[in-house]
Amino acid sequence: MSPRGPVRFQQAKGERKRGMGEQILEQLPLLVALVLLWLFLWGSFTVVDILMGIFVAVLVTRVFELPPVTLSGRFNPLWLIVFLVDFLWHVILGSIQVAALAFRFGRVAKSAVVEVNLETRSDFVMTLVAIATSLVPGSLILEVDRDKSTLFLHVIDADTPEKIEKARGDVILTERRLLRALGSRDELDRSDARCSAVKR
Amino acid sequence: MNPISLLHIVVGILLAVTALLVMYRIVKGPTILDRMIASDVMLTTLILVMSTEMALNHHTRTLPVVLVLAGTAVFGSIAVARYVSKQDKAGHPAEPADPGTTELGLTKEEEDAEH
Amino acid sequence: MPNTSSGDLVDWIVGLLLLAGALLSVAAGVGLLRFPDALSRMHAATKPQILGLICVLAAVALEQGNWQTLLIIIPTLILQMITSPMSAHMIGRAGYRTGNYRRDLIYRDELEDDIERAAHRPE
Repeated sequence: MSPRGPVRFQQAKGERKRGMGEQILEQLPLLVALVLLWLFLWGSFTVVDILMGIFVAVLVTRVFELPPVTLSGRFNPLWLIVFLVDFLWHVILGSIQVAALAFRFGRVAKSAVVEVNLETRSDFVMTLVAIATSLVPGSLILEVDRDKSTLFLHVIDADTPEKIEKARGDVILTERRLLRALGSRDELDRSDARCSAVKR
Repeated sequence: MNPISLLHIVVGILLAVTALLVMYRIVKGPTILDRMIASDVMLTTLILVMSTEMALNHHTRTLPVVLVLAGTAVFGSIAVARYVSKQDKAGHPAEPADPGTTELGLTKEEEDAEH
Repeated sequence: MPNTSSGDLVDWIVGLLLLAGALLSVAAGVGLLRFPDALSRMHAATKPQILGLICVLAAVALEQGNWQTLLIIIPTLILQMITSPMSAHMIGRAGYRTGNYRRDLIYRDELEDDIERAAHRPE
């Protein structure tokens, strides 16, 4: 969609010309996840299973080659847990809200299309924010502008400016939590500055 | 009858009601997107029914089927969504299955007003 | 069941989790029926069922009470959680672009504003 999409992909291709070791290191989280999935599906953890899992994971990532997911290198498990708990809470709360909306007779829920400008430039964080926002009931990703890091949400039952601002704030908060867990330092600082500016 | 088996019957009835409501939306449309959404829900309801049956009858035999369904449910809607988008880009708006409904009627009027 | 009273309690919790899943499922069905346009139906359709699925799969895991079951249930949930936003996004985008929504029910459309701004921007 975005005009710069192919360019970024080419950049990713250029990066792939670096050493084999670096390449494997970059894909290590993906490989570990694939091996874990393999083990989970077989339900056993023998040495043969692990070796077979590593073989299949490498094969799959070789055959279906994708541009590598670049991580920031920062990882804070504590904030990840905070994010997950908060996320689960929002899923429960939002499910009940949408369910109540379905049973509310009398008036039709109005919705709004809301633009949210994210701080992050990382595709990975943006994808996670989009998935988390989509899973929280009441909001739905309509369009993504990758160059400007902008998400367009369809928010149900948003017929006042306050409700729209709340939906926007929720997404920005989600992004901030994720940046705290695995974003890069300066993106987190920018997000912090923005949030404190909003509060005042 | 003990209360737990009564609870189980209630769960069964609720899931059947869901399937009926979803079936209504699949038949009624009015657009292909509505039908696709509804058949997605039907698939999730199917997953729920199979999982509920596992929990009630104390076995895990259909768990692999549930796993595969959960993983592949997405392809149908992606295929249909792409088809709708392409049709629209090529200049042929998605044909309304039931032109008499207000949803499409309104959009058409507004489209006319725009041009 | 090693001991009847705890088995009874587990049965109750499993039953209540199944009931919660079924209720959320019905809510999805009713929302699908009552919401006015495709985009709103999208909300009703997918979201409550994620929580319903979590409840029902938790009931299965609790009823079985062993870790092998949990090891299949966790990938199932993760797969569902990753793939359902994808289909929701694809259908939502197609619905928005083909105009399958009721303008009179949109309170504010910032995407339309953005498109207009882009159209009027001097090159």
